Amino acid sequence: MARRATPEVNAGSMADIAFLLLIFFLVTTTIEKDKGIARQLPPKEPPTDEQVKIKEKNLFIVNVNRSDQLLVEEKLMELKDLRQAAIDFLDNGGAPSGTAEYCDYCKGKRNPESSDNPDKAVISVQNDRLTSYKMYIAVQNELVAAYNFLRDRESERLYGWKFTEKTKDLDEGKIKGEAAKDALQEKLETIQKLFPQKLSEAEPKKSGQ
Amino acid sequence: MSKFKKKKDGGLPAISTASLPDIVFMLLFFFMVVTVLRDDNLLVQNKLPKADQVEKLKKDRSVYIYAGKPSSRYQDKYGSEPKIQIGDKYTDLSNIKFALTEARQKLLPELQDYVMVALKVDEKTNTGMVTDIKQELRDLNMLKIIYITTPGNEINQ
Repeated sequence: MARRATPEVNAGSMADIAFLLLIFFLVTTTIEKDKGIARQLPPKEPPTDEQVKIKEKNLFIVNVNRSDQLLVEEKLMELKDLRQAAIDFLDNGGAPSGTAEYCDYCKGKRNPESSDNPDKAVISVQNDRLTSYKMYIAVQNELVAAYNFLRDRESERLYGWKFTEKTKDLDEGKIKGEAAKDALQEKLETIQKLFPQKLSEAEPKKSGQ
Repeated sequence: MSKFKKKKDGGLPAISTASLPDIVFMLLFFFMVVTVLRDDNLLVQNKLPKADQVEKLKKDRSVYIYAGKPSSRYQDKYGSEPKIQIGDKYTDLSNIKFALTEARQKLLPELQDYVMVALKVDEKTNTGMVTDIKQELRDLNMLKIIYITTPGNEINQ
């Protein structure tokens, strides 16, 4: 039998098929973009009698009750004022000049009744068990924002760029080269030392206590 | 006569569409590669709270914990009390340790020491539940956590 030449397959509809598949994948794709507030939990340690002493003026107590109301330093406060209050507290620099605790980069009111310096200042958040998670995250977000604001200010003063932007660049791998990365990391750590994030979280109280 | 005589006057030549399938295929392959089909089937309601001071999650070294009320189609069976989900099933508070150790083992061995726990908690859940989870995590010595949020801010809305 004579061999018949195979007829050429018509590829005209190829584009249509590919388009169909393309549209399917376009629709189903969710590019994962998980972002969030990172935290380091304190390690579990055997209970000790030793009490860490923090002066009351160095402690900024944020209390959230079961109906999501804020009590900051024993005063009722709206969520929108929390950021500024935290900035004022951290940036206060109340220690008198000349002492070891004196904070020369603070621009606060230098109120001796408030925190000595950012290194001493501790923010303590106390939640009720029935506080909503939404409120909890909102409070955490505001407090982190306060730290970021101050860190941005210091890094602009020292290096001329914003702390948060450079951290983001580092995260996204925009900084090329090991040497550049290390140099940046070092500068970021310097800034972090100026305003160390000291956020403490007390065990939530049982509702109604 | 002249060599450089114009062959035609005016009239646009038709654009060749021969390379169209190639272009489309290229796009197709791109999307096929980046697509991740959801690996966890969500059993709980998961409306995340808003925040804007966020960091990126390193996906290769994280295990997920979901918490919230059961989804509406499971509510007849499991009630409407908030529940914890790890992997594909509901987990009891006392069972978290086991489920997390199991989840950790699925990560690359060299990254298991840097494990990060991503908490995807519904915004209506009580903080008490999150605290309980955190206590379990401290027992397990998995101390790095990240509260997953959606972009936005609670104040200006």
